[in-house]
Amino acid sequence: MAELKGWRDIPIGGMILEAGNATEYPTGTWRAFRPVFGEAECIHCFQCWLFCPDSSILVDPENEKMVGFDLEHCKGCGICASVCPVNAKVIKKADEELAQDDPRLCIRMVEEGKFQE
Amino acid sequence: MSKFEALAGNEAVATAMRQINPDVVAAYPITPQTSTVQTFANYVADGLVDTEFVTVESEHSAMSACVGASAAGARVMTATSANGLALMWEIVYIAASTRCPIVMGLVNRALSGPINIHCDHSDVMGMRDSGWIILFSENGQEAYDNLIQAVRIAEHPDVLLPVAVCQDGFITSHGMERVEIYEDADVRAFVGEYRPQWSLLDLEHPKTYGPLDFYDYYYEHKRQQVEAMQHAHRVIQEVAEAFNRTFDRDYGLFEPYRLEDAEVAVVVANSTAGTAKVVVDRLREEGLKVGLLKPRVFRPFPAEELAEALAHLKAVAVMDRSISFGAMGNAGPLFLELAAALALRGVRMPMADYVYGLGGRDILPREIESVYRDMLRVAETGQVERMVTYLSVR
Ligand code: SF4
Ligand code: SF4
Repeated sequence: MAELKGWRDIPIGGMILEAGNATEYPTGTWRAFRPVFGEAECIHCFQCWLFCPDSSILVDPENEKMVGFDLEHCKGCGICASVCPVNAKVIKKADEELAQDDPRLCIRMVEEGKFQE
Repeated sequence: MSKFEALAGNEAVATAMRQINPDVVAAYPITPQTSTVQTFANYVADGLVDTEFVTVESEHSAMSACVGASAAGARVMTATSANGLALMWEIVYIAASTRCPIVMGLVNRALSGPINIHCDHSDVMGMRDSGWIILFSENGQEAYDNLIQAVRIAEHPDVLLPVAVCQDGFITSHGMERVEIYEDADVRAFVGEYRPQWSLLDLEHPKTYGPLDFYDYYYEHKRQQVEAMQHAHRVIQEVAEAFNRTFDRDYGLFEPYRLEDAEVAVVVANSTAGTAKVVVDRLREEGLKVGLLKPRVFRPFPAEELAEALAHLKAVAVMDRSISFGAMGNAGPLFLELAAALALRGVRMPMADYVYGLGGRDILPREIESVYRDMLRVAETGQVERMVTYLSVR
């Protein structure tokens, strides 16, 4: 987390004087769920990249691959997991109730507190 | 050369607006403010000003348009009254906290309900914690003079806060008076050109106004507003000094009237102060040592100076044209704040509050005289019989 400034050192009225500095706001601190990438399942369709509201899907443009998440900014909203077509297929096929950490899912949303690498 | 004109208070304010020639005016008609903006609209139609006049569908939109225009870097003005101000509410706070130096002509009128279009101060007292600077005016001349000063106060780089200039609905807003109108060029020179430090229209330096502001910085921005209010206390006096020099006037934080050697005084704002002066003169002829203090600056509240100016008295009465329902003694806001100001500075004297004139109820010299006579008795006995009196209520 960036050091918080005092009232003398910030623009008045909540004004933001610099363009495009939203990246300096670490929205990752808001996260209650963390997306976990199942690389083996990924078909690199970039649906998650397209829909992520926080530009937090990391891609390798040269090899046209989805590679992971920018966890500094990912808020854990789960949109990526819900738009992922691999997940959609798994969920459709699954007749038993799907566990949150089902290994067949391409993006799993794991409770932040329970996350262990 | 200045000239004297016969003008209603609202026309005097509209004249100041013409001379100031703001970039944008957004307003919605409401009694008794309407003739301010109506007169100004004529100036726009006649090409006497360069103002972009935004006709809106409500006061909420009027204040929103003002905030937008101010953020864009414009010099902005508006006018309203009572329920119009109440409808602006949400944006009134946003204007102050977004640090928009908007100037508002506020023609004081009773807030509904029951519906009433006549004068009292319930409208302005509702905005006292909103972060606006608030100035009172006894008559059309003061409303005119205060409006001109308000522009310089609001736009001062150490302040950047909106200013409301009050006058009493109908009593002065529609009362024809002799008003000294200064040369257009002199008024324009006094207010100067507005050079905003930040402007949304400055495309070279894109910026954001009014973003989300959570627990990590909102508090700091409130602290900045406190700082601006503290600066305003000084800037209001500096601007008054410059104004007094230029236009030969005598403005300060408040006006003392025969107060110096008085033993008893009344504190009353806006038009009733004029009536009270007549009463003071009459009682002085009887040899009674009475005086008056007429607040001009209500926000920021000049507590220290007020305490100093009143410290020598034996008793003081405040006259409030509104009630702070449920507050201590169901008193008026001016009384409560002044009582606190004196008490905290160790100035101890019997004090009483006289609520008067709600919903435009007439306030007569003999009623003001009864307040002075009450206080003269209190000065002798040292005892206040009743903390709050609702004057002339049946
Ligand atoms: S959880 Fe939400 S914010 Fe995080 S990567 Fe997925 S879509 Fe983006
Ligand atoms: S949506 Fe799913 S399959 Fe498509 S790139 Fe993202 S993670 Fe891979």
